[in-house]
Amino acid sequence: MDVSTAVFYLIALITVVSAAMVAFSRNIIYSAFSLLGTFMGVAGLYVFLAADFVAAVQVLIYVGGILVLILFAVMLTHRITDVAITNRSAGRIPALIIVGVFVYFLIKTIRETPWVKAKAIVYAPTTAKIGDLFLDTYLLPFELASIVLLAAMIGAVVISRKEIKE
Amino acid sequence: MSPTELSSYLIIGAILFALGLFTVLTRRNAISVLMGVELILNSANINYVAFSHFGSGNVDGQIYAIFVIMLAAAEAAIGLAIVLAIFQLFHTIDLEAAETLKE
Repeated sequence: MDVSTAVFYLIALITVVSAAMVAFSRNIIYSAFSLLGTFMGVAGLYVFLAADFVAAVQVLIYVGGILVLILFAVMLTHRITDVAITNRSAGRIPALIIVGVFVYFLIKTIRETPWVKAKAIVYAPTTAKIGDLFLDTYLLPFELASIVLLAAMIGAVVISRKEIKE
Repeated sequence: MSPTELSSYLIIGAILFALGLFTVLTRRNAISVLMGVELILNSANINYVAFSHFGSGNVDGQIYAIFVIMLAAAEAAIGLAIVLAIFQLFHTIDLEAAETLKE
């Protein structure tokens, strides 16, 4: 087993274990911080998949943006010391059975399918290609995305502000 | 399982999806449900990037992954704003307590 395989196993382990912590932890603070491990692990997987730009975007937006937002929401809405009620779960056993059966068939399908591989896998910087595609083939979705983000920003401000009653 | 096989990435994605689905199904806390949604989106992204790497060799899959990340950011901002509004109204973010749209 060479070094890259070992690193791959380590990253996969970090990703899956932190995701399990998110799903099973009793304290919502632990859940929120475990999300950090999952996001960083997924960024590591992107590096293994030769997607350097997506990995950087993952770290910037997920870890730097979404995770901080989630932590803010947790801190703003909870009596954090009250561990017993912060991260209540219900119906764990039926959910575990359903999800277990589901993931069993999913993994069975993945293992039994003969995946076709590309002829040559290239490891090259992707940023220039992605930029070209954004301003060429995907120009309309790209512009639409900025409108969606603007609408989401205004919507978030409008929804979360305090209403002043006359 | 090895870094040069497509199936290992798909299996990690499947496990992440299952854990996210479990979180969404069982949690009664609105923020935890949003965390589960983020896990599901991440698993879908792994599949996009993996298929783009092992399949066609071009970067279209990575573009879709970037769009998903962008929409996830918008979703998180709106979702957490709604959670804060629910908290102001009901003083709890337990999903079973927030059954009505008005006070």
